[in-house]
Amino acid sequence: MREFMSGNEAVARGAYEAGCRVACAYPGTPSSEILENIAKYKDKIYCEWSTNEKVALEVASGAVFAGARSLVAMKHVGLNVAADPLFSMGYIGVTGGFVIVSADDPGMHSSQNEQDNRNYARAAKIAMLEPSDSEEARLLTKLGFDISEEFDTPVLLRLTTRISHSYGIVNIDERKEHPPRGYKKDVKKRLILPAHARPRHIIVEERLKKLKDYSNSFPLNRIEWGNRDVGIITSGVSYQYVKEVFPKASVLKLTLTWPFPDKIIKEFAKGVKKVIIVEENDPFLETEIKAIGIDVIGKEKLPVTGELDPYILKRAFGSSEEVYPTQDIPSRPPVLCAGCPHRGVFYVISKLKLTATGDIGCYTLGALPPLNAMDTCVCMGASVGNAFGLERALGDEISDKIVAVIGDSTFFHSGITGLIDIVYNKGTSTIIILDNSTTAMTGLQEHPGTGKTLMGEETKKIALENIAKACGVENVYVIDPYNLKETEEIIKREVKRREPSVIIARRPCVLMVKSEPPLMVISEKCTGCKLCIGLGCPAISIKDNKAVIDKFLCTGCGMCAEVCLKEAIEGNCS
Amino acid sequence: MTKIVICGVGGQGTILASDILSLVAMEEGYDVKKSEVHGMAQRGGSVISNCIFGKKVYSPLIGLGEGDILLAFEKLEALRSLSYLKKNGKMIVNDYEWLPITVASGDATYPENIIKTLKKKVENLICVDGIKIAADLGNIRTTNVVLLGVLARFLPFKQESWLFVLEKRVPKKTVEINKTAFLLGFASEA
Ligand SMILES: Cc1ncc(C[n+]2csc(CCOP(=O)(O)OP(=O)(O)O)c2C)c(N)n1
Repeated sequence: MREFMSGNEAVARGAYEAGCRVACAYPGTPSSEILENIAKYKDKIYCEWSTNEKVALEVASGAVFAGARSLVAMKHVGLNVAADPLFSMGYIGVTGGFVIVSADDPGMHSSQNEQDNRNYARAAKIAMLEPSDSEEARLLTKLGFDISEEFDTPVLLRLTTRISHSYGIVNIDERKEHPPRGYKKDVKKRLILPAHARPRHIIVEERLKKLKDYSNSFPLNRIEWGNRDVGIITSGVSYQYVKEVFPKASVLKLTLTWPFPDKIIKEFAKGVKKVIIVEENDPFLETEIKAIGIDVIGKEKLPVTGELDPYILKRAFGSSEEVYPTQDIPSRPPVLCAGCPHRGVFYVISKLKLTATGDIGCYTLGALPPLNAMDTCVCMGASVGNAFGLERALGDEISDKIVAVIGDSTFFHSGITGLIDIVYNKGTSTIIILDNSTTAMTGLQEHPGTGKTLMGEETKKIALENIAKACGVENVYVIDPYNLKETEEIIKREVKRREPSVIIARRPCVLMVKSEPPLMVISEKCTGCKLCIGLGCPAISIKDNKAVIDKFLCTGCGMCAEVCLKEAIEGNCS
Repeated sequence: MTKIVICGVGGQGTILASDILSLVAMEEGYDVKKSEVHGMAQRGGSVISNCIFGKKVYSPLIGLGEGDILLAFEKLEALRSLSYLKKNGKMIVNDYEWLPITVASGDATYPENIIKTLKKKVENLICVDGIKIAADLGNIRTTNVVLLGVLARFLPFKQESWLFVLEKRVPKKTVEINKTAFLLGFASEA
């Protein structure tokens, strides 16, 4: 049967067809829909949102020990968090097949960096597959499990945004069961203390050699002979751009890209006059190909930064087709939604002119004008340690002006250890947890604080206040961020306190609740002072020097009415 | 091969529109690819999706100057995405202003006379008041389907295929109103 599927849906389908038993992930764009789609097969595949990527990889590894085919999925930076068990699993190998999906984000559509995770396959000495469309995503997920079991290696399935979030026609197949092979104690393999790891490392190096032979004869590493003047070596979505822009060229499409298939590349290079490498981000293939003595054109023509597309490719190789020039017009950055509860906290931070170490989530948008209420954003969980470091370097005086702001899902992911550090090392930081009871940024996924699992079951709701107290924080307060007055009072008080505090700003994400009736501006009372504009609410704008509220966007949160000094904003507009 | 760019503001329903378009093309036996971006961009920011159909489609992305048709759900976004349209391409623009936060906060001004500016550049320009049509129908959320109806006039697909896919793809309760919205868009004078 044929279906129209995104790359992420196709990976889920492939895992299902391959007899996968266990799948774990922490959400992250562009990877999140993989597990959301695997959840459709929950009667066959146990699946979970794990607390973070490291935990996800470890849970899946445990299932691999039991001989069950398992999959773990994450965005590229998630693999940094999971890198520790990844490298160990590189040595340990598998029992049941193990596919590790990394969805990279060239162009940084929704990420803090553009790291190229092909480098992880090389560093962890494991096999890597790179699909170039949805159908291949399905096929390679299945094949990944086979390769994993045959060569005793985890397999990195490397996607990019344009694979994950592009759709194509997929031929779906039946599921083939692979019952778990069963658990057998084997400490020499799985308990990698130095004495066991040394022989494992030798095995890993031998495995790489075998995989290299396999890669050289792998049918999806294929030469498509065309005009012999130029030969293009490419992989992943770049292959599609190459086929579109240079339909007549000879192409070597690489699919199993690590270990690097040297023989087929030499054969291809011999058959053409000139070799061009088309790859996004790092010169990964280029470096390897140059190292075996082949002269190539690559990054001197194509950018290391950003994603590729057919136009960039055409341009790089000489086309001078004219296009409409880009217009100089106002930008349209993403904004906190109308009624977003995060807004209340950021409004107060901005008003009190606090230094806010920030974190990653929808709330990072609090950094944008007019709120400008965030100073830093490093990686998930970093706000907590960052605030403490600032405090330690600058002394108590300045620490009265610092808060850390972190989302609820992010706090579970990696904020807790930072908080323990503060208590242990006698810090006085103030941590504000923005508890909107969901993982909003990535599409409203459940997390340990929501009381529901990925499989839709009710579960224990882990209370943030209990965690804070258990970490030794004595000043723990829960506030309603819609109540600006209370929010301001408590934040003001807690930043001054010479003890650590945790403030939990609790109100569900506006996308999950029914809106209240919209508010409206009483035009006669509005003086056009623009105080309400300072909230940065997309429902409020200025027209003819008066504020106006868009009744379709307004959710009736009431924060603008609280801010207005002229009582010019009222409820109950119809 | 036909390449269609759909642009608008996160929340306007561009993704559903490109979904439906792609499924209709598939229904009609074409190879199809579609590409879009989720995540950060969806929070009221600019959004673009690409749909390409033909005998065999490779790239899921449409590069600058490659779009045969640009369907813009918002005027400022029409201007922003103009460079994706090829020089003799067709543009369908919804006559609607959604102020970006940069404008609402008074830091920037919304360009005046966008339609006029566009007309000077694009010969093949069609301007529709999709919101009005949808509002008259009783649900402005059907604007995206009204606009699809307009787009459908220029595509080689049978009306049954559109209606068949609509029925499958929109919420059950809204099937009828969406079908009407499509037909109104298809028949609109624009
Ligand atoms: C290591 C890592 N994993 C995942 C992500 C993707 N990601 C960014 S924000 C976010 C969730 C934030 O949720 P929460 O903290 O609850 O804030 P909200 O978006 O709900 O405001 C995720 C999963 C990331 N950037 N880095």
